[in-house]
Amino acid sequence: MNLRRLWAIMQKEVRQMRRDRITLAMILVMPIVQLVLFGYAINLNLRGLDAAIADQAQTSGSRALVMDMLATDVIRPVATAHTPEEVVDLIRRGRINVGVVIPPDFEARRQDGRPVAQVLVDGSDATVAGAAAQLAQTPVDSRLPDARAPYTSTPPVPRIVVTSFYNPERRSAINIVPGLIGVILTMTMVLFTAIAIVRERERGNMELLIAMPLTSSELMLGKVVPYVLIGLVQTTVILALGRWLFDVPIRGSLLDVYLAALLLIASNLTLGLLISSGARSQFQAMQMTFFVFLPSILLSGFMFPFSGMPTVARWIAELLPLTHFLRLIRGIMLRNAGLFDLWGDALALVVFTAVMMTAAILRFRKRLD
Amino acid sequence: MSDAPAIHVRGLTKRFGQLLAVDHVDLDVPRGRVYGFLGPNGSGKSTTIRMLCGLLTPTGGDIEVLGLRVPQQAEDLRRRIGYMTQSFSLFTDLTVGENLEFIAEILGVPRDRKRARIGELLERYHLADRRDQLAGTMSGGQKQRLALACAVMHEPELLFLDEPTSAVDPESRRDFWEALFELTDAGTTLLVSTHLMDEAERCHRLAILDRGRLVADGTPDALTGALEGRTWLVESDSPRRAQHALVGAPGVLGIAQVGHALRLLADEGQGDGFGGRVEHRLREAGLSVRLRSTSPSLEDVFVAATRSAERERAA
Repeated sequence: MNLRRLWAIMQKEVRQMRRDRITLAMILVMPIVQLVLFGYAINLNLRGLDAAIADQAQTSGSRALVMDMLATDVIRPVATAHTPEEVVDLIRRGRINVGVVIPPDFEARRQDGRPVAQVLVDGSDATVAGAAAQLAQTPVDSRLPDARAPYTSTPPVPRIVVTSFYNPERRSAINIVPGLIGVILTMTMVLFTAIAIVRERERGNMELLIAMPLTSSELMLGKVVPYVLIGLVQTTVILALGRWLFDVPIRGSLLDVYLAALLLIASNLTLGLLISSGARSQFQAMQMTFFVFLPSILLSGFMFPFSGMPTVARWIAELLPLTHFLRLIRGIMLRNAGLFDLWGDALALVVFTAVMMTAAILRFRKRLD
Repeated sequence: MSDAPAIHVRGLTKRFGQLLAVDHVDLDVPRGRVYGFLGPNGSGKSTTIRMLCGLLTPTGGDIEVLGLRVPQQAEDLRRRIGYMTQSFSLFTDLTVGENLEFIAEILGVPRDRKRARIGELLERYHLADRRDQLAGTMSGGQKQRLALACAVMHEPELLFLDEPTSAVDPESRRDFWEALFELTDAGTTLLVSTHLMDEAERCHRLAILDRGRLVADGTPDALTGALEGRTWLVESDSPRRAQHALVGAPGVLGIAQVGHALRLLADEGQGDGFGGRVEHRLREAGLSVRLRSTSPSLEDVFVAATRSAERERAA
């Protein structure tokens, strides 16, 4: 490893990058656009679902429960119904997404601790189902203070109440912005390096580079290092915008956030290099990048909860750098965890980087055949 | 040491799947000369050069370049040779100066020498006023000069040039060859591949390649001299008809139309009677012609070498 040659390669990369205005703009614009897109448009907590409520009890308690449900803004009554049959029919005809049925014996059920209401959901839309689950959390017991009182002999009514500690308002931006750092870094970093070596081959520069007294590792490292800086710039853009637009807190140390980002950047850049050493054209490299990018988005826990996945999907997810990064960054930013508390995921990224880099250098032959 | 050839090759072979690109080539390139590889596209010139530089692994044969075994010692060789690729392989989105600087850094030109060396090269190859121009925006001739400047940055003992002037106009080509001879004056050995006859004539020594095989080699004079008495010029009012009449005629190895005349290459051992026999044949076909002997060119050498190789193959 000769530092002078390494520096020369890095300098060349930066100069070429500086002349490529469009790529340069993409580096900054892409995080901004994605942040705004994911933050505003893709709201994982749906609001304003069309609904019908059939309150057959019509007691003060049942009316209060209905008011509580409406207060969440998750549902918006658009039709009237009096019986469960009417509600089911409305769902079938697609007039409503969600129906709420409160049976006539509401008060008796509440006293007995039996389910007091039924939420009927149009299950054909997964996101609606998720929203309805949220609706089912409307506290019924609060209207009956003594049921939870510690001194009563009757045990508390067993109900599944999911409580979100770290995002009490259930605003998705808070979950999404830290993850978005990972998604954007995965997309840009892998793509940049995946193209880096193939481009030299396509433009005919590779024959020159191979004929030079350059080692594979000098060439590989020299190409990767400038992109680390770009990754850190992108991280900063997302953190700053997330704070400014969505009030996303950084509860842990900022240094840990950047260290975690560095680990992900390194993993992705080396993965890109490996792709680049195998691809024959820039187009192929791009396709391979998306082959990695899609499972990263779907399986890492960025969009869908990790815990709901089948075992095989989880194994695959464990191989993806984004999965580990999401655990790290959510821990650091939202739960004030330190990087060392999450050492397992940090180590996974280090190992991933080492394996990818070695494989890329070994795969890259200083030969044309 | 200086008497040892710069390149010594025995039985060099390269196979790409079914295709035999280079077929048992033996080669000895003397030092301090311009050695030419003449052959049509696909004759194995580039493949041979790439194997000599250690860029391709040979299927068989032994290579020794500047006393180093290739491809085993290719990395050591890289500091001592220059290689100018067939297509422009410098960075089009870097300026002339940046390209030269990059190459100087990679080749490890000492820091205190670097500025002076780059200035010297810019001056010698008439690029001084283009220093800040992007390499991609230059003309073919300018790109070629930049590529040469980069290839000789570290003053290599041996320089490979793969069809260096194929994308260059004739005037730039003449300038370029001036620059090449300057290099041999300084003791550099040059190996140049080309498919252009006028370029081949400038070489001190030539190897003719055809379909991966070395079919002839020697100095241009020796190669043409060997064909003395076998080349004829047929002047006729209807050269097309004359050519038609001569197709398949015994003893005729090659026919090519040159303006109003036909250039004939006689087979080996036809002797002086060849002219008379041809004239007779054309008269019989009702054509009035004038026939005279002419001096052989490298093109004739090429035709003679490839045709006889073809016959050997057919036999």
